[in-house]
Amino acid sequence: MKTFTYERADSISDALRAAGANPGAKFIAGGTNLLDLMKLEVEAPAHLIDINRLGLDQIEPTADGGLRIGAMVRNAELAADPRVRKNYAVLSRALLSGASGQLRNKATTGGNLLQRTRCDYFYDTARPCNKRTPGTGCSALQGYNRMHAVLGTSEQCIAVHPSDMAVAMRVLDAQVETATAKGGKRFIPIADFHRLPGTTPEVETSLQPGEMITAVTLPPPLPGRHVYRKVRDRASYAFALISVAAIVDASAGRIRSARFAFGGLAHKPWRVEAAETNLTDAAVGPASSNVAADRVLAGARGYGHNDFKIPLLRRTLRAVLTEA
Amino acid sequence: MDMNQPAPSNALDDNRQGLMGKPVDRVDGRLKVMGKATYAHETQEGGQPTYGFIVEATIAKGTITEIDASAAEQGAGVLLVMTHKNAPRQAPWGPLTAPDRFARSTPQLADNRIEYYGQPVAFVVAQSFEQARSASRLIKVRYASAPGEFELAPNLAKASKPADDAFQKADSIVGEFEPAFTAAPVKFDATFTTPFHVHAQMEPHATLAYWKDSRVIIHCSSQLLESAQKAVAATLQIAPEQVRIISRYIGGGFGGKLGIYSDVFLSAMAARVLKRPVKTALTRQQMFHVTAHRSDTIQRVRIGATRDGRLTAIGHETWSHSARFDNFYESASAQTRTLYAAPNRMTTHRSVALDLPISESTRAPGESVGMLALEQAMDELAEQLGLDPIELRLRNEPTMDPEQGIPFSSRQLVACMRDGARRFGWAKRNAKPKGTSEGALWVGMGMAAATRGNSLLPSKCGVALDKAGVLTVRMAMTDIGTGSYTVLTQIAAEMLGVPMSQVRMLLGDSDYPETPGSGGSFGAASAGSGLFDACTNLREKLARKLGINVADATFEGGRVSGAGKSATLTSLVGKVGMDAVGEIKPGAMGKKFSQQAYGAHFAEVSVDRNTGEIQLRRMLGVFAAGRILNIKTATSQATGAMIWGVGAALHEHAVVDPRYGYFVNHDLAGYHVPSHADIPAIEAHFLPEVDDKANPLKIKGVGELGICGAGAAIANAVYNACGVRIREFPLTLDKVLAGLKS
Repeated sequence: MKTFTYERADSISDALRAAGANPGAKFIAGGTNLLDLMKLEVEAPAHLIDINRLGLDQIEPTADGGLRIGAMVRNAELAADPRVRKNYAVLSRALLSGASGQLRNKATTGGNLLQRTRCDYFYDTARPCNKRTPGTGCSALQGYNRMHAVLGTSEQCIAVHPSDMAVAMRVLDAQVETATAKGGKRFIPIADFHRLPGTTPEVETSLQPGEMITAVTLPPPLPGRHVYRKVRDRASYAFALISVAAIVDASAGRIRSARFAFGGLAHKPWRVEAAETNLTDAAVGPASSNVAADRVLAGARGYGHNDFKIPLLRRTLRAVLTEA
Repeated sequence: MDMNQPAPSNALDDNRQGLMGKPVDRVDGRLKVMGKATYAHETQEGGQPTYGFIVEATIAKGTITEIDASAAEQGAGVLLVMTHKNAPRQAPWGPLTAPDRFARSTPQLADNRIEYYGQPVAFVVAQSFEQARSASRLIKVRYASAPGEFELAPNLAKASKPADDAFQKADSIVGEFEPAFTAAPVKFDATFTTPFHVHAQMEPHATLAYWKDSRVIIHCSSQLLESAQKAVAATLQIAPEQVRIISRYIGGGFGGKLGIYSDVFLSAMAARVLKRPVKTALTRQQMFHVTAHRSDTIQRVRIGATRDGRLTAIGHETWSHSARFDNFYESASAQTRTLYAAPNRMTTHRSVALDLPISESTRAPGESVGMLALEQAMDELAEQLGLDPIELRLRNEPTMDPEQGIPFSSRQLVACMRDGARRFGWAKRNAKPKGTSEGALWVGMGMAAATRGNSLLPSKCGVALDKAGVLTVRMAMTDIGTGSYTVLTQIAAEMLGVPMSQVRMLLGDSDYPETPGSGGSFGAASAGSGLFDACTNLREKLARKLGINVADATFEGGRVSGAGKSATLTSLVGKVGMDAVGEIKPGAMGKKFSQQAYGAHFAEVSVDRNTGEIQLRRMLGVFAAGRILNIKTATSQATGAMIWGVGAALHEHAVVDPRYGYFVNHDLAGYHVPSHADIPAIEAHFLPEVDDKANPLKIKGVGELGICGAGAAIANAVYNACGVRIREFPLTLDKVLAGLKS
């Protein structure tokens, strides 16, 4: 860990000012990911701005019937909120499938969105990694890539986003609310929040320098059954090999509407809306599910150890749609 | 006392106080939950400590061409940077053929050669851990990298036969295996692989070292104190008496603390240079390369049988790796020498030298991965023959050790299988794969035998009874979390007829009488027998003092009684107290009798037909391991070992990236051990058994037995559930899906 300076912000404007005054500073919330990365010097910010005292820890209804979740709401608290459990069960289930009880008590809504990939090569500063040190190369392309992406990859990076929560937010069409460096307010659709690696895998989100997440807003609840199906190498405390967040409104063997987003496939939560449209008014069954999977998996490619993710996704989506 | 004859009836058989077998709580349990059972790194001793941090090589083979520590030396709080340029002179590594491989000289930073990834190339000592770690990043190392070999499979042509030693021979042959196998009407022939495992102890390796006059005092995490003492002495070229090793409490060993590693040697050397205590803890990531691992294995099992299921030939060949500078190999074929009857038998071990960190004993070295292969092979053969897997084993139960032709000291494999089958409900098993479904899940059952070699090693003990009636026991024995403190206290209290609260059990210090320490499931038997002998000698002295023959004496309630006389222990020892020493030596019993502990595992799993996910639903083991000293700690040992078996079957896999020669997933996020959610209710039962050929306690080693065969029972259950036979461990969902497709 490199020596760093630290300050505790008391207000949003205080935090933004501190960020402006210290280029390269990092906001720290729960610290469940940042501190690990700092110990390994994968991250080496010269200055930390602690935002734990900014408030931003409320879950409030919005005027249009949605829910506004403060950036500092802890994952455990969000998962347990009765409104979330009742109307956004997919989000509660996604949260509870991630990390451990201790980590969820500490980790925050904003921080969860910003957690970094768990790629083994990213974590090891002795290895080339374009995400950690641009221009050095990608060790995972020809390396051990069991956990890695099969969609939206580039020759520069095949890392996946590790969050479960973000996958549920993607299927819910959440919006990320931010305070910009200049003190303005911005709403970023979750679809645009995380980026594909392209030629700049080090740029993971559309946040601008000094911009801070203040809340995540959920639109009004959607009808249908909420499912979060996480497939992993052990029953708890493991990142998804793949995951499916789905909201399926079906009865008597026919789907009225279905929407689904996927984790473990790409550098961002993966969603192909066109695949969902196809299912409207379709019969539940392998035929409709396969058509949807074809669309989701268009352009998918494995890198060796992760080839299995493609058939696994197809099978898991079919199971989710059938069970829903 | 030596074990040249079966042990006669003794006070532990009498069990007057009822302490033998009693489910006594751990005597150190309270200290542990209060955080007062301190590990090496928590020790405050010798003055204000300084903190060391190891810098690891980032290549696997080659040389250091340049090392620049000047920036680190200027780092805040930095007191010392040690590299090969300024490290104290040490003895060269080895010798390779040392009878105690853990007592070898292990020089650090000796020269500019790199022999494995993660090898220490520098050691930074600073006033705080953070300062040392931060400065370690400032050291610039340039390497000339040389090509290395890191994988078993492509290098099998270079495999060699390891040298036989006193403990182990590489090969064995009985009858004529090849012709018998060729002629067998039913044949099984398949190759299994098991991956690299790491020990993954809760407590990382750590050291506090300081010098007092010309003696170095080392608190570290060591299973074998005497070996550690000798290793430090050999390396630093000082007398063993100049080294004191203290390991009072240890947070898990699993074989990974049989030897000591760089933290110990570097701390001792730096403490000498600085004349201050040096404390060094390995990080979890460092443990993967700086310490040891279990080699991956390739195992070919061939079994020939008659159509009615009598084995005519059994062969087990194992390939594993040794670090290029070492000679350890994984003895995964060993159990096949004793487990089943067959007139024609063959086992081999071959070793491939690789440029990896050192491979070592890990959780029942040999059997734990050997049984994954052998016991799946038996399951596959049973199916070929149309026999129940238990019935196949019953038909091949030997009456004598099938290789050595000597009797077993005791062997209850059949009783374990029968009892386990009854308890588990084995009769309800549907032998047909995919025969049982629950929604999207297939459900299956599997079983496997368990066996683990039993051994006894020389061990000494000192006991002293003081005027207050407190019995103080001293042994350089360790408790690695197994319950040594507790079971030894039970033995001492039972032998002298005093309450456990009157026993002070002092372990974990090399200044105490020599024991073999903890490892290979020999700890309780060896140290316990040394203690038994010391207590026997003390009983004799006390009886003599009372003026009676010890054969007539009973020890109970703090009194010695017999031949019409009776006195309290305190009155007999008076103000000066009384002491005695004891010693156990292995003897002819170990050669005249084939000694193993046995058991049977039963597992039920579900396999998700969509995703291939495997979930263990229940598991049960029945074991026979001689007298059980404490049913509570023994059960914990057995269930803990079974959980490691779950890990070996389903999760554990350290992955080597052959481009760099290192373990890619070198932390516990990437190296999976079972989580709570993976473990359902697990039951372990022990059958009554007393083995008078094993040792005077009549116990057998219990620590590792529970892992042996456990993973195979799960693999067999997976096959029974979904019809996919996976011979490549661990059994992950991608392998299930690949099998379902074909």
